[in-house]
Order: sequence, then structure tokens, then C-alpha cells
Amino acid sequence: MPTTHDIPTNGRPPALEARDVAVFYGAAQAIQGIDLVVPANRVVALIGPSGCGKTTLLRCFNRMNDLIHTARVEGRVNFHGKNLYDADVDPVQVRRRIGMVFQKPNPFPKSIYDNTAFGPRVNGFKGDLDALVERSLRQAALWDEVQDRLGESAQDLSIGQQQRLCIARTLAVRPEIILMDEPASALDPIATQRIEELIYELKRDYTILIVTHNMQQAARISDYTAFLYMGRLVEYGPTDRIFTNPAEDQTEAYVTGRFG
Amino acid sequence: MIPHDLAARPGTGPRREARGRRFAVLCGLATAVGVLALLVLLEDILLDGLGVLDTQFLTGFASRSPERAGIRAALAGSAWILGLTVAIAFPVALGAAIYLEEYAPRGRLTQLVQANIANLAGVPSIVYGIVGLTVFVRWAGLGRSLLSGALTLTILILPVLVISAQEAIRSVPRELREAAYGLGATRWQVVRHQVLPRAFPGVLTGAILALSRAAGETAPLILVGAVGFIAFTPRGPMDEFTVLPLQIYDWISRPQSEFHALAAGGIIVLLALLLAMNAAAIILRNRYRDRR
Repeated sequence: MPTTHDIPTNGRPPALEARDVAVFYGAAQAIQGIDLVVPANRVVALIGPSGCGKTTLLRCFNRMNDLIHTARVEGRVNFHGKNLYDADVDPVQVRRRIGMVFQKPNPFPKSIYDNTAFGPRVNGFKGDLDALVERSLRQAALWDEVQDRLGESAQDLSIGQQQRLCIARTLAVRPEIILMDEPASALDPIATQRIEELIYELKRDYTILIVTHNMQQAARISDYTAFLYMGRLVEYGPTDRIFTNPAEDQTEAYVTGRFG
Repeated sequence: MIPHDLAARPGTGPRREARGRRFAVLCGLATAVGVLALLVLLEDILLDGLGVLDTQFLTGFASRSPERAGIRAALAGSAWILGLTVAIAFPVALGAAIYLEEYAPRGRLTQLVQANIANLAGVPSIVYGIVGLTVFVRWAGLGRSLLSGALTLTILILPVLVISAQEAIRSVPRELREAAYGLGATRWQVVRHQVLPRAFPGVLTGAILALSRAAGETAPLILVGAVGFIAFTPRGPMDEFTVLPLQIYDWISRPQSEFHALAAGGIIVLLALLLAMNAAAIILRNRYRDRR
């Protein structure tokens, strides 16, 4: 299967670089030989049908696959010139610099404040925690809705608010890159729109890699789109081109809704 | 227009329902067997034992004359034994469960250990008594002491305790762990701040239930040297001791019927104790469930 690569650059060193990455779950291979360059301060969308390996690939970038006992990752993921899978790399340190937002909003059963402060606390943050919590909640466009009830349980928030809290919680650790795994798939259209606006805002300060099932969403929010199919990267390039003038037949079939 | 299809089809509806009712009746009968047996037992014991329940019975020591005999030493011994057992067994079991669930590499060895724990939970308690006699009473030189008894009960309830703690830890949703790991928490921080607080009610419930099993144990304690006739309350963990079930066993094996009444009284106290422990487990579980 030919792979069309249209590797994007914006004059800056890439934020992340996957080289020949393969993932196995036991004997089954989930993704094979993927090369992907993620430019800094851009939004890159991973699209493809269910089971194509989008989420598996995403979880390679902050060593989240380490938590799955049967998973094995091969290849390199370069971050600031260092392979994240080198023996001397601590996955905990990786996750502090490459944050993650999950598909289902998963706030801790604690107060809104404690949710936001959890990351800084476990990372030994020594500054003004109140200010950091406020700044993070403002960045996640949640502050105005929760500033009077920071002590209340996060689980009393609406689902959309919970997901913005999860984003605030990730921002509070001050990562460079944010990985998002279908962050809006559990949300209604209004809440989804707010998350999309938020992603647009965040791209000024962060590099964002987002898995999405929703092609309109990928087209709206991403600068680059990677199309995965059956564990392979079929095509990767500027989002406009992927959606209007794809080079591969499979990509065209998928983005025009003929399968997937 | 979609034709409605809600009317019972001839022949099938009523017959199916009758079969369902028969099944419900059978299940009800099965339940009744257990409840009935328990009621008969209770009635028997209450008739025999209620008469001896007074302050003399609770505060008196074992005696050759039934009217002066009481369960003071046995009650104190049971309290000592349970206190020591929980103090030793709880931290060990929790540690083992955390290790097995959160740290142990998934491999042959871990599987072997896991299978062994499950097996140990089914070993007859008398075997633990033999182990206790050999290891604690003789080898370790602890003698026929409360400590020997508590250590023996500890190894007896450890498998059950470890398994129930593991289940509680396993029931903590994966999303919570991943969220914490995703924020750069270390394994210890995930365990300390996310897993343990959520698993604690389950661990506690399991511990109380395991302990109530220990409260009723007799055989292993006979082997490690608990005796039925003790005329003092223990002052330290190295003292000799007796426990409630053993006192009951001692009384019931005597020929005089007065002692049989005393045994029934002891059973009532033991049942009340077990009931209180189980109630405590339920209350604790509900309280934690409401709080989160």
C-alpha cells in the first residue's frame, strides 16, 4: 500500500516525530510502520474508521500504552531530539510534558479545585496554586461558570463542563503538547462547539494532536490531517488538501463518506 | 401503519408465564429451607440460653459450678485475639493486594502466586492450626500465647482478605488511573490519591467479614493451645487465653445440662457479636458510598 506523505513544516523544529512506529497487543499488530511529523503550535487530526489504530497511535506519544500489559511499542518517537522509548526515559516525565484529554470526561471524585490542582500537586508545584488553578480554568473557558463553587464536586458539573475541567486539569501541568482522544464524542453540539473554540484558542500556546471520528470536526479545527486505515498511515497533509483533493483513493472514499 | 403485535399469541403466553411462576416458587422454596433451618436453630438456642444471660454470666469466670460460671475470660480473649489479628493481618493483606494489582509484573510467577492464594482460601482451618503450632508455638517459641493464636488466625484469614482487597482495588475505574497517570502522577501517587481512597470501603468491608470468620474459629486455636478453662483475663499478648467458641465447645462437651444452657448463652453472645460486625461492615460501606 503506497503512503502519500506531504510532510508539513512551519519553519520550526517539529514538536513530535514518529519514526516507523508499530504497536502490538500480544500477537496482534494494531499499527504498523507509521511515520508522522507533528509541527509545533499546530492542530493535527487523526481520522479513520473504528479500529484503524488512531487511539493506539495517540497513546504512543505519551507512553500511555505502557499501562496496557499486553501492549508492545516498536520504533522511535522523537521529542526535542530524544527518543521517548529510550531506556533512560521516565514515562512519568514524558506525561508531564505531553498531556492527555480522554474520550469520556473523567474528573476525579473530588472538588473542582482539587481536580485542577491534582497535576501541579503531584508534580511538586511550589508557586501560587490558587493563581495557577484560576489561570488554567480561565484558559479552559470554565472559570466564569465555576468561580463561585470551586469547592463543589466536579461530578456535579454538566458533561461538557466536566470535559473542559479535564482540559483545565491538563493545562495546569503546563505541558507543551496536548493529546486529545475524541474529546467531544460524548458531548452535545453546543458543548462540542465550545471545545472546538477552545482548541482553536489553545493552539497559540500548545501543539495539539486530536483523534476524531467526526470529519467535519477535523476539517473545522485542524491544520493537518492524517488518515489511518487498518493500522497504516494512508495519507497525511494539510487538512484542506486531504478533504478537497486527496491523493489516495481510500482517503477520498473515507472523507466523502463512502465507507467508515 | 405498523400493525401492533402486543396481544399474547395463542398458546404461548399463558404457558410461558406458568413456567416462570413454577421457577419462582422453586427459588422461593430454596430460600425457605435456609431461613427455616436458621429459625429452628435460633429458637432452640434462645429457649435454652436466654435464661442464663445476666451480668453474672458476662462478668464471671469459668467455674465448676454452673450458676457461678461466666464468659468474661472468653470474651476478653476473643477481643484480644481479634484486635491482634486485625492489627497484623490488615496491613499485610492490603500491602499484598496493592502489590499484586498495581506493581507485580503480569507473568507466570504472579499467576502462580494468585492461584495459590485462591487455593489457600479453601484449606481447612485445622491445617492452619498445625502450621501455627509448628511455626509460632514451637519454632518461634511464642508458646501457647494470644500472639501465637493471633498469628495463626492471621495466616488463616490472609487469603480471603487479600482476595477481597484485590477485588476492591480492581473495581476502581481504569479511567481514573489513566487520568492521574496522564497528569504525570507516579505509580505510588496514583495508588495513594486515586486507588486507595476509592477502594477503601470495599477493603474495609472485606476485612470485617474475614474477621467475623476468625471470631468463630475454634479448631486452629485448640491446636495452638487455647484452653477452655481460664480464670483470668489476659493482660498482654504473651498470656494464655481462651475464646468464645472454645468456651462454648468446652461447656457443650460436659454431661450436665446446666452447662448446655451456658453454652447456648455463649452462642447467643457470639451471634450478637457477629451480627454487630456484619452490621458495621454494611454501615461503613454505605457511609463511604454516600460520601463520594
